Amino acid sequence: MDRSNLNSQLEHLQSKYVGTGHADTSKFEWGVNQARDTYASYIGHYPMLAYFAVAENESIARVKFNITEKMLQPCGPPPERRE
Amino acid sequence: MGYPRCRQELSGLNQSNLACLGLRIGLSTPLSSTADHVTKTTTGAMFMYNLTLQAPNAINQAILGNFSGTRQQELIVSHISRIELLRPDTTTGKVHSILSHDVFGVIRSLAVFRLTGASKDYIVVGSDSGRIVILEYNPTKNVFEKVHQETFGKSGCRRIVPGQYLATDPKGRAVMIGSMEKQKLVYILNRDIAARLTIGSPLEAHKSHTIVHYCTGVDVGFENPIFACLEVDYSEADQDPTGVALRETEKMLTYYELDLGLNHVVRKWSEAVDRKSNMLVAVPGGTDGPSGVLVCSEDYITYKHIGSATLTVPIPRREDPLEIKERGLLIVSGVVHKMKNSFFLLLQSEEGDLYKVTIDYTGDTVNEIKIKYFDTVSVASGLCILKSGFLFVASEFGNHSFYQFEKLGDDDDTPEFSSKDFMLMDGDHLDRKVYFKPRPLENLLLVDELTSMAPLTDAKVLNLTDEDTPQIYALCGRGSRSTMRILRHGLEVTEMAVSPLPANPTAVWTTRLTADDLYDQYIIVSFSNATLILSIGETVEEVTDTGFLATTPTIAVQQLGQDALLQIYPQGIRHIRSNKQVTEWRAPGGRNIVRAATNRQQVVIALAGGELVYFEVDESGNLSESNVRREMPGNVTCLSIQPLPPNRRRVRYLAVGCDDNTVRILSLDASSCLEPLSLQALSAVPESLVMIDMPDQISEGSLTTLYLNIGLQNGVLLRTVLDQTTGQLSDTRTRFLGARAVKLFALNMAGNPAVLALSSRPWLSYQMQSRIHLNPLSYEALEFAASFTSEQCLEGVVAIAGNELKIFTIEKFGQVFNETAIPLTYTPRRFVVNPLHKSIAIIETDHQTYSTLEKKKKLEQLGFTDEENELDPVIFGNSRSAPGKWASLIRILNPANGETTFKLELQQNEAAFSLALLNFAVEAGELFLAVGTAADVTLAPKSLSSGFIHIYKFVNDGMGLELVHKTPVDEVPHALLHFQGRLLAGIGKTLRIYDLGKRKLLRKCENRTTPNCIVSLNNQGDRIIIGDIQESVHYASYIASENKIVVFADDKAPRWISCSTMIDYNTVAAGDKFGNFFVDRLPQKLSQEIDEDDAGSKSVGKGYLHGAAHKVDLVAHYHVGDVLTSLAKTSFVAGGREMILYTSFLGGIGIFIPFQTKEDIDFFQTLEMHMRNEMPPLAGRDHLSYRGYHVPVKGTVDGDICEQYNQLSGDKKRLIAEELDRTPAEIQKKIEDMRIRAI
Repeated sequence: MDRSNLNSQLEHLQSKYVGTGHADTSKFEWGVNQARDTYASYIGHYPMLAYFAVAENESIARVKFNITEKMLQPCGPPPERRE
Repeated sequence: MGYPRCRQELSGLNQSNLACLGLRIGLSTPLSSTADHVTKTTTGAMFMYNLTLQAPNAINQAILGNFSGTRQQELIVSHISRIELLRPDTTTGKVHSILSHDVFGVIRSLAVFRLTGASKDYIVVGSDSGRIVILEYNPTKNVFEKVHQETFGKSGCRRIVPGQYLATDPKGRAVMIGSMEKQKLVYILNRDIAARLTIGSPLEAHKSHTIVHYCTGVDVGFENPIFACLEVDYSEADQDPTGVALRETEKMLTYYELDLGLNHVVRKWSEAVDRKSNMLVAVPGGTDGPSGVLVCSEDYITYKHIGSATLTVPIPRREDPLEIKERGLLIVSGVVHKMKNSFFLLLQSEEGDLYKVTIDYTGDTVNEIKIKYFDTVSVASGLCILKSGFLFVASEFGNHSFYQFEKLGDDDDTPEFSSKDFMLMDGDHLDRKVYFKPRPLENLLLVDELTSMAPLTDAKVLNLTDEDTPQIYALCGRGSRSTMRILRHGLEVTEMAVSPLPANPTAVWTTRLTADDLYDQYIIVSFSNATLILSIGETVEEVTDTGFLATTPTIAVQQLGQDALLQIYPQGIRHIRSNKQVTEWRAPGGRNIVRAATNRQQVVIALAGGELVYFEVDESGNLSESNVRREMPGNVTCLSIQPLPPNRRRVRYLAVGCDDNTVRILSLDASSCLEPLSLQALSAVPESLVMIDMPDQISEGSLTTLYLNIGLQNGVLLRTVLDQTTGQLSDTRTRFLGARAVKLFALNMAGNPAVLALSSRPWLSYQMQSRIHLNPLSYEALEFAASFTSEQCLEGVVAIAGNELKIFTIEKFGQVFNETAIPLTYTPRRFVVNPLHKSIAIIETDHQTYSTLEKKKKLEQLGFTDEENELDPVIFGNSRSAPGKWASLIRILNPANGETTFKLELQQNEAAFSLALLNFAVEAGELFLAVGTAADVTLAPKSLSSGFIHIYKFVNDGMGLELVHKTPVDEVPHALLHFQGRLLAGIGKTLRIYDLGKRKLLRKCENRTTPNCIVSLNNQGDRIIIGDIQESVHYASYIASENKIVVFADDKAPRWISCSTMIDYNTVAAGDKFGNFFVDRLPQKLSQEIDEDDAGSKSVGKGYLHGAAHKVDLVAHYHVGDVLTSLAKTSFVAGGREMILYTSFLGGIGIFIPFQTKEDIDFFQTLEMHMRNEMPPLAGRDHLSYRGYHVPVKGTVDGDICEQYNQLSGDKKRLIAEELDRTPAEIQKKIEDMRIRAI
């Protein structure tokens, strides 16, 4: 398989599936994707949300809201880019 | 240590160990010293059958619609993996469960839609299957049918795979299914020429780098459908290290328009809303209202629509001196109710307060939104308002409630706030707060409740009250609504009347006066020498002019023919016409009638000595004796005649039980009257017989199956199918009911014929959802019973117990357990049982809550002293405090009467997390309670000021506590356990052994090799099993000679342990936070080597892969689907086999039954495989991948899918049966046997 084809396939995957890594994935990007995936999974699994809600003594809706909010920037601001 | 080291299996080991303490601590039932089936297999393999006894009853989604296609509104709720149809009865206000179906997937969203002009609603299911599924309810078959299933992505709850959000166009033309991020698909719904529902190919409305908070369908009448989404774009914030972009990121309300002409979706309109917005509620449009959406944000609600002015109104807050002003108030659920010419909205805040929102508009212009406090109910995950004036509240936690509207809050003095007073410039933030005074319910009236045990935090199976069967003690609920529930196996009985009688009666009947009567008119009570007739009216009173002979005992009573009555007594038969004319048939001299069986047209009597005489009602209404009599080979002990179907004059079968241990089927055909057809030999003398017609288990047409129920004198109930053409008996099911002879009575229950079986406790055999259930009733032992139908009580029972007449009814069919609830104060965490005094010690802990003392202090500080305005915390919740503040207490309960005998509230912001019952070797004879607490705990980041272990001594016969001392520790003690006369404590990642000292606990031994945090501890002999919060189980050994704990084996995979239990010396069963159940086992050989190695050098070995030297084997793995909260090896049936019982966080109870034979394993595995193919789960999730969600399923068969075999059509049943070389009945019997084995 020639190289350009492979690259285009990879690019296709990266655009289709958010979070697919590439050779230059930084630690920050990796962490952010992982955190967003995790949060999305928590929200999808209602028992997990309920479990957190009881631990924090909040309503499930509040826990869901907090987690969704955290998806915006789960690991803090990105590091300064080194040129 | 004189301890048997190389014991092969546990059995007896634990007992001998505990016996030396003179106590059985923490063990509900002694481990059987006989063969242990869990561990019996020689290969070390283990195979189990999972069965759900009670599905989790928390509701995560609730929708309302006309699913049956009638005018009646019904509810559909989802219990995570189960979809249930509820039918509210608007006359009685009761909610009945009609159908509950396990879909073996995670239901994340439900939506309802109706095609224009149709009268029936469809259900859209958004799940973790990567598919959109449209279901239809079929009321005749009582099943959900899959109408469409379209695949769009991978399975699992993923970030970019739709399923989380569903929004339907109010006119039913399209549905949007969205994911947490990026993807949104719109499907066009239509109908084809044959008026069947069609679904278009998906239209994409994706926007990458966008997180979605909420989706809803905007009501635009018949214009192009619009979906509103609440979105945040993170692309800028992800790139900007300075954080400016993050601050400037806006939350957008975006309208997606589906252009029906062009067949594509466009972003029509997008406008920034408050960053703290979380929810959208669509406002009615078209002809019903102004259209648009209400955007619910923290503290206020905004009306938005294209081209309209923005109106804002604050959410009123509770007047509370302890209010935390900086904390925002969220709306968590809302519902719109449309009436003829108006509409209103009910919104609910996270405190549970309901607000009524009304919108004043002219044409398309909204002039004003008004909001006022309505009432307070529990925080809901779904609200539904029925047209008939009821409100269904699906609670996040605790029981779901069904309210009736008494008023609409229109004319009371509750302050109303209008958007006119809060005019804002665009982009301004509203920071004015408005208040209301909470009060008890004024507009709503509670009419019914549905049980929900969520959250269920801990449970144990015990028999503290010395009953026939053990009870389950469960800690349920949250905060002020917490309870300890005692569950007993049996249906809940509602007692309606109890009246004493002059003597002990022997039998009771009810009867109508004519064939057309709807309700029973008389209750006939027979005594040993007299008969009493009571008439049913406003009250029940004695009547004398009925024509019944009162001076004799009665054998049977029957409404005969059109309008006559029949009394059978030892000396004869009395036929009473409606004009009170009486015809008597006298028994031949000296031969009394001993038994009788009747229906409306036919009468059979048995004379002493075993002769049968048959009568029939002829055309003129006379009772005529047949010229055939038959002599039976023994004394007749019981008789039963087939029930008469409507419009029939005769049935064909009579069953006769004789004291030669047989039951015979006799023909009643005119040509072959009283000819024997078949015979069944029995293990004991039959006591009672009942034939009933039950609807066919294959829900096709109106076919019925005739069942012969046989109650034996040895307490066994048999149920046999009677072939309607040949009269042959087949497919016998057997069940032991109790020590007393079984008496049977035919009744109507849940709309179908049922059988009440009375033994040492009453049982009911009834049909529901194509399965015949046999459940005990939670009621005292009864002697005789009859069905009872009156205007107030359609399906009642009148029964005799001692000298009392009891009338009762059963409402909650299908609920295996009935419960007694004892209220608690805060969220219960754990409990232990003091086995000596039979008291229960519970720790209750709530985060962000004022403890009683703190609250009082704070109120005094603020200058409030009167406690008159105190709100009932059960409704309004405990006062909320800041994060990092805790309220916690230790409680001692007496389970016999449910009374709290001792309560100790912790002070100085201490919170209790663990407890254990102890018996220190240094202070033998005393029983201690250790409680692990921590002060000033914050959850994120984790911190504390100090942990403590409190040691209490039981006083007052175990009903009170006395503090001995308090030992500070450096981390939160999450796990405590009694260990060889000392205390084993998991404190953070440290495992320590403490002994009792004078002033505090004395450290004896320590191990620090657990990676994260110890959350569970188990022990047998010298072996300790440590459960880590993240790194699964660790096997450790206590080496007494060197006084050290050595971890010698651990698991190969990380698992987030939530509970664990040892099922034998080498095996541990545990549950994790993601809803998995698994069993780990130490290889036998290794176990022996470790135990023989006194020095522990072998045990330590060399660490392997950053872990312990050895690894345990995984023997079973299964995804239950809910966080497991307790596991116990127990036996439910007295003397029955042991199994593993688990409870789950959202209120589920289930069991794992070990298989006994290889044949059973093969059978059920094959059946499971066929079921997966023949009945793929409704939500579109693959069953095998669901049960192997995180780890492939191993060593377990899913009994829930096997039980769905009963719901298959006859063809498919036969198809599978052929594959298995059996008949469908044999398969059904095997499935039923598994359940009976368990409970």
